[in-house]
Amino acid sequence: MGPLIKLIILNVIAYVICKFVVPNVPGSAPLPASLVFLYLMLTTSGFLIFATLSAESKEAFWGPIQRFLTGENIGGLQAVRYGVLILFPLLVGWQTYNNTAVSDAPPSENRTIHPAPPGEYTGLSSPVAKTPDNIQQGKGFYAAFCSPCHGGNFDGKGPAARGFNPPPANFSDPTTIAMLQESYLFWRIKKGGVGLPIEGMPWKSAMPRWEVELPDEWIWKIIMGEYDGAHQSPRTWE
Amino acid sequence: MQHQGGWIQKLLRSSSGHGGTLLGLVMAVGLLSLPALAFGADATPAAPVEYRDVPYVGSRNIIWVVAQLHLLLAGFVLGVPIFAWLCEVVAWKTGEKRYDKLAKEFTKLLTSAYATTALFGGILLFLLISFYPKLMNYLTDIFFPSFIVYCILFLVETATLYLYWYGWDAMQDGGKKTFHIFLGFLLNFFAFFIMVVPNSWATFQSSPVVLAEGSDMARAWAATWNPTWWPVNIHRLIANVVLGGYICGAYAGIRYLSATNTEERDHYDWMGYVGNFIGVFGLLALPFAGYWLMREIYQYNQQMGITLMGGFLSWLFILQAMLIGVLFLGSNYYFWLGITYRIPGSEIKYRKPMLAMLIALLLCLGVWMTPHSLVASMEEARKMGGSHHPLLGVFGVMSAKMTVANLMILVTFMSFIMYWRAGKQETAGWAKVAKAIMGAILASAAIAVIILGVWGYFVPAIIRINYFSTSQVLVVLGVMLTITPLTALLLRSAKTTTEMVWGKMPPRAGYSLVLNAVMVVLLMTLMGYARSSSRVHWHVYGVVRDTSPYAFSPALGYAAALMSLNTFFFCMLVAFIFWVATMGDKAKAPGGASKVELPQGMPAMAGASSALDEPKAH
Repeated sequence: MGPLIKLIILNVIAYVICKFVVPNVPGSAPLPASLVFLYLMLTTSGFLIFATLSAESKEAFWGPIQRFLTGENIGGLQAVRYGVLILFPLLVGWQTYNNTAVSDAPPSENRTIHPAPPGEYTGLSSPVAKTPDNIQQGKGFYAAFCSPCHGGNFDGKGPAARGFNPPPANFSDPTTIAMLQESYLFWRIKKGGVGLPIEGMPWKSAMPRWEVELPDEWIWKIIMGEYDGAHQSPRTWE
Repeated sequence: MQHQGGWIQKLLRSSSGHGGTLLGLVMAVGLLSLPALAFGADATPAAPVEYRDVPYVGSRNIIWVVAQLHLLLAGFVLGVPIFAWLCEVVAWKTGEKRYDKLAKEFTKLLTSAYATTALFGGILLFLLISFYPKLMNYLTDIFFPSFIVYCILFLVETATLYLYWYGWDAMQDGGKKTFHIFLGFLLNFFAFFIMVVPNSWATFQSSPVVLAEGSDMARAWAATWNPTWWPVNIHRLIANVVLGGYICGAYAGIRYLSATNTEERDHYDWMGYVGNFIGVFGLLALPFAGYWLMREIYQYNQQMGITLMGGFLSWLFILQAMLIGVLFLGSNYYFWLGITYRIPGSEIKYRKPMLAMLIALLLCLGVWMTPHSLVASMEEARKMGGSHHPLLGVFGVMSAKMTVANLMILVTFMSFIMYWRAGKQETAGWAKVAKAIMGAILASAAIAVIILGVWGYFVPAIIRINYFSTSQVLVVLGVMLTITPLTALLLRSAKTTTEMVWGKMPPRAGYSLVLNAVMVVLLMTLMGYARSSSRVHWHVYGVVRDTSPYAFSPALGYAAALMSLNTFFFCMLVAFIFWVATMGDKAKAPGGASKVELPQGMPAMAGASSALDEPKAH
């Protein structure tokens, strides 16, 4: 089997894994095209590196391509060669046109996921003592004000969650609140979606501005309840 | 002012279609028209001038280009003496003259490179005083004593450099050579402090501390000792070694490609090997220093940490992953080509391990390059339930990134060990046991790194940062510190089965050396922008606000275009320095009659040396 065929087969396998295997793993979802492209590029780069490690392997891979493209001793393949030489630029042109033509498809969402908190909120620490009573009280507030969206199990699957895009944060995911300090959560709960900074606008957040309804003390208690209920710990420096 | 940014943006876009000629011309005209800034000054004398601007080009763009070029050149002139001095010490200790020749060849570059760096430093200073008088006033008020120290350091560094370079031939024997080595040490000692002092100014801008009332010296010292000062010092020191090594490699690569006789080809092939080795040597330690720096930034200010790692600058770190990935692949590729071409017969023996290492590197790179929030269309995002992939989203956080970075370092280290051992047969009776121990150390280290990485998701962030990530680093360092001496011991009594043959590398080896150097420069421009941008709309974070019309962060595409432009300018400057420094040698060189001309008679650039790359007849 020629190396070029191997490269094509390898890419097909990588594509099938990305497109059909990974999305069907329980709890998974389809991969966006940008990620599939990234993995296919890595596969191709790896192949090219390995194929050019020695003179022999380079010749086995590149030699036939070079001879085909230059038309050197390819006999009856001349017609195919002309076909490739004409079709390839057309394919590139078509791809370029497709990427630049006006389209009715909405643009990709290059949303910045973590807004930076304003300076006055950084370094704040909770004035509320971390006692079992306060945590319990915080969980109660959470159940009343937060769980409709963020879920009774802190997993972002509350009864109202399906109505939102992007969905409410899943606090039990170790890549969400476990990465953040308590002061960050305090700012996000207090100021909500409308209090997000202008960097990386437009923001998409349906988070209410809870400062108009809840006193600061309740917010700090909710934060304690959230971390405890989601079995996560806030980022600290001690 | 907005129209200026737009004008540049349009220019950058249009330049992509015209080979950058127009852009280069316009930038040159822009720089030459600097005197015009006097006319751009605010004409009202009532209040002190806070900012000045240059029409069309924009003061921020000019400062960006000049500051970046100065920094890159500074990295070069601080990295090269380390590189040259190490080579000289090796030559002194081992008696291998070619190392001394290499050290001298690079020290020769220093005088012209040093002058160019100082020139750009001077231009930068004048431009800063002109464009940002209020900020410079503020910084001068704080750092005045360290300005004096900096000037003194510059004087002694210049004197030492002159003695080191001009005394090279005169100080070759006995005690004089020892003194010359000492001069080289002094050169690096002063150079280190020349880097450390201005680092304090730049890091103070990012992480200022509260300055108590006191003497000028006390205030300057308090400002100098800010939270990110030492992390940046260490990170830049290592990065300079990496830059010096890879630039040396690129120079050797280009000379190798254009070599017209076997002597040159052998020499530059060997030089490429040394440059790549030193570059990789630094590269292995660089991610650790970078991690420490980011940790300190995060601890200093949550806002800045999030802006960098999770906010609008986080995409820079995906670009960084790509560039570092190419660098790791390029460096390993060069090692593997070396095994194949310099040690005949080794290719068959090592082809499978090379494939395994390549697959490991690609898998790690795949994880490193996977962002937490993905680029997805509306439909794709809806299917994923947001911009995080429910399964692969776990690759997007630091626990995964640290794990794969450590694994890539391990693989690269093993590439080097493999290269070292190739063509040699161990004769020691305990060789089998030693190899088994090394294999076990490597396997357990890889497993430990992965376990710590996975476990990192289930512990509080502070445990992961302070203990797990540190342990991963220590495990990898432990592997290096045990396997390196063990291999050296093993090879002391080894029999050389195949002599290393220099000058047989294919042209693509030279190109990969050039690619590595360009990647390092791009990385420095990228992360230089990240460090500077993390201050957002502050000149001095949280203290002196940027009230100029440029108090906004440019779009990433615009920033990337300027980074590329800076990389291009720097490469041109380095090429110029090399050209000037070697001009005399070319004139002095004999006709080359005694040298063996290559049968092809033409350099690789012209395509002739691809003859080296022809498969052997079976």
